Amino acid sequence: MKSSNQLKLVLTRRYRFAASHRLHNARFSEEENSRIYGKCSNPYGHGHNYVIEVSLSGPLDHATGMIANLADLDRFVEREVLEDFDHRYLNKELPVFHERVPTSENLCIEIYSRLKSFPSAKLEGIRLEETGLNSVEYSGDKGV
Amino acid sequence: MVYITRKIEFSASHLYHNPAFSAEENRRIFGKCNNPHGHGHNYVLEVTVAGEPDPQTGMVLDLKELKGILQREIIERMDHRFLNYEVPELAGQIPTCETIASVVWNFLEPKITKGSLHRVRLYETPDLFVDCYRDSTNRSSAR
Repeated sequence: MKSSNQLKLVLTRRYRFAASHRLHNARFSEEENSRIYGKCSNPYGHGHNYVIEVSLSGPLDHATGMIANLADLDRFVEREVLEDFDHRYLNKELPVFHERVPTSENLCIEIYSRLKSFPSAKLEGIRLEETGLNSVEYSGDKGV
Repeated sequence: MVYITRKIEFSASHLYHNPAFSAEENRRIFGKCNNPHGHGHNYVLEVTVAGEPDPQTGMVLDLKELKGILQREIIERMDHRFLNYEVPELAGQIPTCETIASVVWNFLEPKITKGSLHRVRLYETPDLFVDCYRDSTNRSSAR
């Protein structure tokens, strides 16, 4: 157990992907989709330059000075997220979004669940920017 | 509680090398960061102080005072320096973003006497940063 006067370190790395999506729920009527999602429901979809912030914590390895080796993290994020998400139409190419509307909220939760198993540090949370003007954070289901 | 943040920049060089590792291990673990003559970054440091505003001045602390502390404690020690060789507090450590942020915390914490140091955020590049906190339970706002 940590004593109360230790320092807590959280490492954050930013990654980017570009993808298209459409906000549309087949259970709603066209009018409802249009009313709820507006332009985001246009039938052919549209795209964003997304930014993912991956935050990790854990004890410092004094031999390396690191919480986690960034080369390992880069490979993990590439394999678990970027290969599937970058330059894709999220609604069609990711089975999870056949059922779930690919809002920033749902993307952030999906990215969190894919990265949670990173072996060498604890995933503190994910922050996802859909544009520079809006972002979502998720750090697991902890209740409110 | 109010959180006030001041940002500074400094430029410095470093290299990652652990003499306990073989040359091959150093290369495998640290990659390009092990290049023997080092390399540099434009570091950005955000320092956040938590406190209640003084009823007379409306300030948690005077930003001029914080600016002076950051100049003396950080800029003069680290700006345009080779961190491995010129910052004694980093001797024997690998000067990663994690360890530099910890050293920065230790320089600043005793000097902040109005309010208390809440967070040190050190950017090595715009895509890599470390947050340092005192590990206690009252870490509520600002990730």
